[in-house]
Amino acid sequence: MNYIGEHLLPGQLGHFFVVLALVASAIATYAYARSVQAPADDERNWRRMGRVAFIINACSVFLVFGTIFYIVYNHYFEYYYAWNHTSRDLSTKYLFAAIWEGQEGSFLLWSIWQGVIGLLLLRRRNKWEAPVMAVVAFSQFLLSTMFIGLVFGDVKIGSNPFVLVREMFAYAPVFQRPDYLMMPQMQDGQGLGQALQNYWMVIHPPVLFLGLAATIVPFAYAIAGIWRKDYGGWTKIALPWNLFAAAALGLGIMMGAAWAYESLTFGGFWAWDPVENASLVPWLVLVAGIHTQVVYNATGHSLRATTFFFVLTYSFSLFESFLTRSGVLGDSSVHSFVSAGMNLQLLLQLLLFLVPGIILFSIHYKRIPHIAKEEEASSREFWMFIGSLVLFLSGIVITWQTSFTPIYNKITGKTTAMPEDPEFAYNKIQIFVAIVIALLTGAAQYLKYKKTGKSVFLKKSWLPFTIALAITLLFSFSTGLHYDAKGAGFLGALYLGLFAGMYTLVANIMYIWSGLNGRMKAAGASIAHFGFGVLLVGIIIAASNKKVLSLNTSGIMLRFAPSAKQNPMENLTLIKGMKTDMGDYWTTYVNNDSTNAHATMIYYRIDMARKDSSEAFTLYPNLIRNTKGQENFSNNPDSRHYWNKDIFSYISYADDIDKREDTATFKPHTLKLGDTVYYSNGFVILNKVVPNPAEGKYHFAPTDTALMADLTVVSKEGSRYGAKPVFYVEDNEARYMMDTVFSQNLAIGFSKVLANQQIELQLKESKAMVPYVALKVYEFPHINLVWLGTLITVAGFVMSIIYRRRQGRLKAVNS
Amino acid sequence: MQIKTKPLAGAIPLFQLTSRRNTLNMKKTHIALLIFIAVAIAVLVSYMGDLSTYDTVASARQKEGKFVHLIAKLDKSQPVEYDPVKNPNYMKFIAVDTLGHSTVVIYHNSKPTDFEKSERLVLKGSMQNGQFECKEMLMKCPSKYKEDVQANGTNLTAN
Repeated sequence: MNYIGEHLLPGQLGHFFVVLALVASAIATYAYARSVQAPADDERNWRRMGRVAFIINACSVFLVFGTIFYIVYNHYFEYYYAWNHTSRDLSTKYLFAAIWEGQEGSFLLWSIWQGVIGLLLLRRRNKWEAPVMAVVAFSQFLLSTMFIGLVFGDVKIGSNPFVLVREMFAYAPVFQRPDYLMMPQMQDGQGLGQALQNYWMVIHPPVLFLGLAATIVPFAYAIAGIWRKDYGGWTKIALPWNLFAAAALGLGIMMGAAWAYESLTFGGFWAWDPVENASLVPWLVLVAGIHTQVVYNATGHSLRATTFFFVLTYSFSLFESFLTRSGVLGDSSVHSFVSAGMNLQLLLQLLLFLVPGIILFSIHYKRIPHIAKEEEASSREFWMFIGSLVLFLSGIVITWQTSFTPIYNKITGKTTAMPEDPEFAYNKIQIFVAIVIALLTGAAQYLKYKKTGKSVFLKKSWLPFTIALAITLLFSFSTGLHYDAKGAGFLGALYLGLFAGMYTLVANIMYIWSGLNGRMKAAGASIAHFGFGVLLVGIIIAASNKKVLSLNTSGIMLRFAPSAKQNPMENLTLIKGMKTDMGDYWTTYVNNDSTNAHATMIYYRIDMARKDSSEAFTLYPNLIRNTKGQENFSNNPDSRHYWNKDIFSYISYADDIDKREDTATFKPHTLKLGDTVYYSNGFVILNKVVPNPAEGKYHFAPTDTALMADLTVVSKEGSRYGAKPVFYVEDNEARYMMDTVFSQNLAIGFSKVLANQQIELQLKESKAMVPYVALKVYEFPHINLVWLGTLITVAGFVMSIIYRRRQGRLKAVNS
Repeated sequence: MQIKTKPLAGAIPLFQLTSRRNTLNMKKTHIALLIFIAVAIAVLVSYMGDLSTYDTVASARQKEGKFVHLIAKLDKSQPVEYDPVKNPNYMKFIAVDTLGHSTVVIYHNSKPTDFEKSERLVLKGSMQNGQFECKEMLMKCPSKYKEDVQANGTNLTAN
């Protein structure tokens, strides 16, 4: 059948580049590998071939990405990728987010960065080019298989991003018609997942994947060292690269945390979710490796550990990619990709690096040079090694906790699940890791390589220790930490962590002067460690002193929750227009408004005013309509930022999103003065009838014809409320103004004046009557330290990269 | 007296207990390594003790008071009690598991949006006096991240 209106050329081109990328990477791998083994004259030819093939591969991958963007940008919904991940109303920046919403797109991003890194690496024409590039090209080859999209019977290799909707859903009857693209369901796509419609989602995946892709470099150099049998020759030139990988990965992780904080509502920036752990673990192992690498460069110790850590760094990157993409996590993660049926392929990708890496390392272990004489206990290298070991084991423990349950269940068919408080299961271990690492980071700076005299160490390090102790004590007595939910022991550990963070912060900043004599060029490590200290202090304070402001304090709620003490009562109901008591604030839900034509986003205006009237501000938490045919809404928080805290709010429930029909009707009742009328939760008394009221909200003149019924509503629980509906005549027509008792869901109208001093009241009981929202509000003290610490750490890494690059070059010139 | 030993040929080098001088001195780093590994194992073993289980209504009833993950569905034939004007932190509904057993669930939090449309629930909490006191719940349908290819395909034909 000839379909009308399809644009098949971009897809064909795109697929051509996919195939080209795959073939080119295979050739590059082979050629570079031959170059390593070949004799000198042949070596150059092979190397040139590898180089050309790699450049072709990198360009092809880039063009594949370009083609996908072209398809998505032009809304060619005949392509499944465009149809499934985008819609017409997406702004251009979110088209990028849409591309990495799918597995293919995120692999592509990874592959693009790896290509760029490869291009930078092959500019350096030394003996490391061939073996390093062989490894990178091989990794590039495996990534290219992820979007090749070949199917052999039941075996599927990769997933083709250029597949058409009619190929994906070949069974759908709509594709019987040649003009199916004219059908309404093909006129627009399914849209981008609402949680991804956030600017962090546009920028954080590229940074994260840059870091993840860069973890290939230490691995490639470690393998190259073994391959060339020059086991330690690469450590100096690889150092800036490794620092770069750690900086990019670290920044990417924290940008993800910022996204989670701003866009998700788990009330924080970190939840030990498998996806978060997945990027953290490679970072931990990489940082462990960088420290042993520095030790080796300075002393000749720890080369074996360095090689081992770097072999594992990339394997961890791949393992975590496997965990999050294969769908094995199932219920244990809120966000992982849905399985694309490529589990075996993902597992192979991991094993093809891990197994040969470990085998090579084991075979060559004995030949990797080491110093027989062991490190002095007073030496810097000894404690750096210990710290690296702690980081590495911390990564192992996190990996185990993340992956044990799903994998164990898969193998045994058992039904184990995460512990009752999964976050605490991580926190109670990692707080001690943080303490040890922070103390070591602070103290090790004051140790010298080889050996340190006791008096020298004490002379220089007592001051930062004392200052840190003083600040910690000052903070503890003035503000303190308030997280006592897990008992005194854990609170003590938090205080210890706070001190350790303060210590590393003070010790490292002071070291710039006391140890480096103020040479800022060489201070990258100190700055990065200082940033780590700030980050740690920020994490501990923000997480332990996080406070729920929206505690339910209004009297009417309490009797409904007999177990209030042990349950979180963290949502506060706000009735539209009604000022509500919220701790130190008066809170009012003013109105809601949707900003765009499709009503995909609804903003709620919440006015906040401090009771001491020192401050008033407005928050706009919003709800986003879910895409992809799901009918619900997702909530999107809004925060007010202060230098020392954030006020963070989101709508936890809103009534008009359910669009419940108001089926209740008004029922008439006839009363005299003093009569009562019953409603489901109590009764209403008619106290008096006031002519032409000029009180409260009414402003009738004595010449008007108006009557107000003065009513008292008494609920079963004994609460009393006033209600004052009005009956009046205007333009010779009878009209009435209702009054409502929101908390009783009661609307009362004064509809008629009858004979014998009787009146008719109309009563309606309806749940849908009152617009309200349930709001959750947190206060995060000193959350800015978390972001500030991250930025400082990254700045420190960048300084180190510049410094170490210069060192590496000088070394190359001198030798 | 000196004990002369030869290193075992196949021993894993990291745990090699003998140094060159063939005495039983271990390197400090090796001692630290062993201690850390021991700590890590202890930590992981204690973690295994904290693990919870996925349960059905019947098996959760047997473990009354114990924290479990109950996998069930909302019984849509019964009303969901939630009135945020009275109390935004109280919700009551009936959940049914795949075996057809049902239980009353009390959830002291706000009702997730479009709760009624959920297809599957993972309820974290414990049985208390025949009612399931739920502390946290995951809903299957409003998955924020997973796109359901099949659902999209159904959309295509249904529209």
